[in-house]
Amino acid sequence: MKDFSKRSFRSDEEFDELCFEFGLELDEITSEKDIISREQGDQKASEASDVVLYKIDVPANRYDLLCLEGLVRGLQVFKDKMEAPRYSRVNPLNGDPQRLIITGETASVRPHAVAAVLRNITFTPERYDSFIELQEKLHQNICRRRTLVAIGTHDLDTISGPFTYTAKAPDDIRFKPLNQNQEYSATQLMGFYKTDSHLRHYLHIIEDEPLYPVIYDSNGIVLSMPPIINGDHSKISVNTKNVFIECTATDLTKAKIVLDMIVTMFSEHCDQPFTVEEAEVVYPDGRMVTYPELAYRTETLSADYINSKVGINETAESIAQLLTRMCLKSEVTSDGAEIQVEIPPTRSDVIHACDIMEDAAMAYGFNNITRTTPRTYTVANQFPLNKLTELLRLDLATAGFTEALTFALCSQEDIADKLQKNLKDTKAVHISNPKTAEFQVARTTLLPGLLKTLAANRKMPLPLKLFEISDVVLRDESTDVGARNSRRLCAVYYNKTPGFEVIHGLLDRVMQLLEVKPGRNHGYYIQAAEDSTYFPGRCAEIFSHGKSIGRLGVLHPDVINSFELTMPCSALDIDIEPFL
Amino acid sequence: MADTGILESLLRLVDKVDGGIDSQVVASSLGVDHQVVVGAVKSVQALGEVIEAEQRSSKHWELTGEGQEIAEQGSHEARVFKAIPEEGLSQSQLMVESIEDVVRKKLQQVQMGHSSQLEEKEKNELKKRKLLTEVTVKSYWITKGSNFSTIITKQETELTPEMIASGSWKEKKFKPYNFDAMGVAPDSGHLHPLMKVRTQFRQIFLEMGFTEMPTNNFIESSFWNFDSLFQPQQHPARDQHDTFFLSDPAVAHDFPQDYLERVKKVHSEGGYGSQGYKYDWKIEEAQKNILRTHTTAVSARMLYKLAQQEEFTPVKYFSIDRVFRNETLDATHLAEFHQIEGVVADYGLTLGDLMGVLHQFFTKLGITKLRFKPAYNPYTEPSMEVFSYHKGLNKWVEVGNSGVFRPEMLLPMGLPEGVSVIAWGLSLERPTMIKYGINNIRELVGHKVNLQMVYDSPVCRLDS
Repeated sequence: MKDFSKRSFRSDEEFDELCFEFGLELDEITSEKDIISREQGDQKASEASDVVLYKIDVPANRYDLLCLEGLVRGLQVFKDKMEAPRYSRVNPLNGDPQRLIITGETASVRPHAVAAVLRNITFTPERYDSFIELQEKLHQNICRRRTLVAIGTHDLDTISGPFTYTAKAPDDIRFKPLNQNQEYSATQLMGFYKTDSHLRHYLHIIEDEPLYPVIYDSNGIVLSMPPIINGDHSKISVNTKNVFIECTATDLTKAKIVLDMIVTMFSEHCDQPFTVEEAEVVYPDGRMVTYPELAYRTETLSADYINSKVGINETAESIAQLLTRMCLKSEVTSDGAEIQVEIPPTRSDVIHACDIMEDAAMAYGFNNITRTTPRTYTVANQFPLNKLTELLRLDLATAGFTEALTFALCSQEDIADKLQKNLKDTKAVHISNPKTAEFQVARTTLLPGLLKTLAANRKMPLPLKLFEISDVVLRDESTDVGARNSRRLCAVYYNKTPGFEVIHGLLDRVMQLLEVKPGRNHGYYIQAAEDSTYFPGRCAEIFSHGKSIGRLGVLHPDVINSFELTMPCSALDIDIEPFL
Repeated sequence: MADTGILESLLRLVDKVDGGIDSQVVASSLGVDHQVVVGAVKSVQALGEVIEAEQRSSKHWELTGEGQEIAEQGSHEARVFKAIPEEGLSQSQLMVESIEDVVRKKLQQVQMGHSSQLEEKEKNELKKRKLLTEVTVKSYWITKGSNFSTIITKQETELTPEMIASGSWKEKKFKPYNFDAMGVAPDSGHLHPLMKVRTQFRQIFLEMGFTEMPTNNFIESSFWNFDSLFQPQQHPARDQHDTFFLSDPAVAHDFPQDYLERVKKVHSEGGYGSQGYKYDWKIEEAQKNILRTHTTAVSARMLYKLAQQEEFTPVKYFSIDRVFRNETLDATHLAEFHQIEGVVADYGLTLGDLMGVLHQFFTKLGITKLRFKPAYNPYTEPSMEVFSYHKGLNKWVEVGNSGVFRPEMLLPMGLPEGVSVIAWGLSLERPTMIKYGINNIRELVGHKVNLQMVYDSPVCRLDS
């Protein structure tokens, strides 16, 4: 998340420190000129402004820091330069509140709406840009790219209430959309915006719905067709004095947060700062709710709670002061035992006492907290499978083999066609949304990864001797997720001669390390097997204590070719979990 | 090696003269080609300090092919003169009565080694006529060495079992070794550098008393990966763009039912002192199978298991294993990487304790200068990014993430109210790339690895 704040600090280091303490990240110090020259060349940049811009990353849950207004307010309160303002909802000076009537048709597509009015606001070009930018940032994160909430802002002096939020068949909606010269039907608009680099990303939200959401004023003028586009008629400009804000939503909680955010941030520029004119929303069942909520909530907690969770020892008064600097106005109760914390509508991120505790710790300064050692006494244990893996890895390297580290995800082709196997027989788990073929399945064997490693290193001197001990993934109905990992040991020998005896010798060595003696009953043995991955007559199945644990053999020439290799290659592939 | 006869004749000549002798003189006095003497000089030099030979060059004049012909048969003019029959030509045609063949005489002088008797001008004249040529000869000025002897002793290259048995090594001279050459690389296997670093991190956790978690389950349900961690169902991390979902097997079953109900409630309505996220929580979202996006899913399973114990016991857990992200790939990001995670659960743990444990952990990595930045993470509160001061870059760099698990995650599991759980995580790849100076992650992880890099990688000591 980025924010551009156009102010010069006493020193950049000082500002960087302040950001760090406050949980912000000063990403870059730049200017419009710098940005344009970097993206479009010096020539285009010559006219651009060289006012210093601070590019700041804001935590994803702090919507109140997304615009310059909120960021400056937050930092000034933090630095004790001002008191946090109190936001209030007011009645209109003249007449009744604006009213938004929701009809039953919206239920199928986008059932919620909230609204408010910013009265007698004064925009400047900077404030206006910030207002537009805040809406865009909210749309991108809390609104989940307009799926959960869509914001519409309108010049109230161009329209007249009451407003109706309804849903209609696309062919029955006609209006002139924002910044266009002619009217379109909603059906036409959806086609028109298919190629729009910005709006095309939102079309899918309503495209297949029989009814599209739409808001009309009392004269039938279209305010917006959420979540796609506003009407041109009611568009706001830098000269707009009265702004009607509507948020339509599939998630009412988030719609209320978004509305609160916009009005708390921009009521600063109203004639009566930090006041917001209420609007009424009427539901299909006749219920009427007044917005914005601008709810203040009080949490009561003890100094002991904060002290014991953070690891500090502060008085209740001092903690109350710390919290007040975080825009959480706090007071010690009359008996001195507890702290009453008021959570303003701007701090939707505070949902539990632990969030308040964090703010106290931030205001105290994370780096002022004494670092202590917990007295927790425990005895360490290794996970047995990993312990065995670690021991075997070391001994395989001692046996002259080099460890590879290959991907757990691969293509269907890697585990099936290229090994001359049928995909259906692999027990592979399938990924539904791979961006490329490399991530279609989780590997069911380590062999393709090792063969690809050989292919990438064909220039290295022969022989190449590689191994890997890692997990493959197999479908397994007996687990809660329907799949399980299986720890495998795989090795390959790649040379001018197939070297079956080398890979066979490695198997003997591994069995020796695992204390399994050659033998039919309680030992291990190999037995000729048919396997399409291997050269006919050159493959054996490995049995230990009577159970099959894997295969070894000389790879089929077609397999060698499919991995773009040119030399004979032998391989060993076993499951090590039976040896735990 | 030149035959011993020549070598010893050479040494005898050197022995006789005072102050040294030129190799060309040696050649002419032994009646052999100069190149044979040069070979002999080199052979003797290889035996140690027997002689010293200083290279020098001298010039002398030699006849060309044409010059040699003239020296033998006379100049062209003289040959013409001789070729005239006694009576055959009229006097008028023949201007001279007799000739003196000067050219032939001069050439014969050079041939006999008396070129110095001719003037430079004369020699240059003949050179222009391509009858003479000036030759540069490289020769050696040979003097006695510190270890001079006229007898050749052959040097042995290696000690043999026979020499040890017979004791003959005592009389032998051994050829000196060239200590500037590289040795022969041992025929060995190698461990992968990332796995070497993993071994060290395991070691550090074990030294600190942490028990290893069973993370051998790449496939996880959204429930354990997200919902149990109080990560809301609309969170961007749960988007198709960030997480790999499975089509087969697409959904998970068999959740602990009461726990699932408590998770549903804390998300949708709140509880345990929380407002909750107030949205419509859907089991269908929780059931979706994915490739786990973090090993914290396993930590959640372990903490749930811990909460089912009769009586709570403090634990310290760690894991280092693969996690998967459906992200845009670049030089430092792959779709899968290894996450290192540490978790401590006990009564009364503080944020100061988390910082203290992190300090101990990073000290073992050789990082002692740490500072903490407030951050946001859906399942920890407080959340802190860990920064260490990088001397090379001269700035603070992020080295890990940490936090205290939220009560909305722990209390529905059934952990006692006073228990705090602190945790931290980092990737295994990043410290490894820094340690081994690797810029492109594909050279380290995956099949495009450069095996030479694996062969050449040093031992891993993280604290040095």
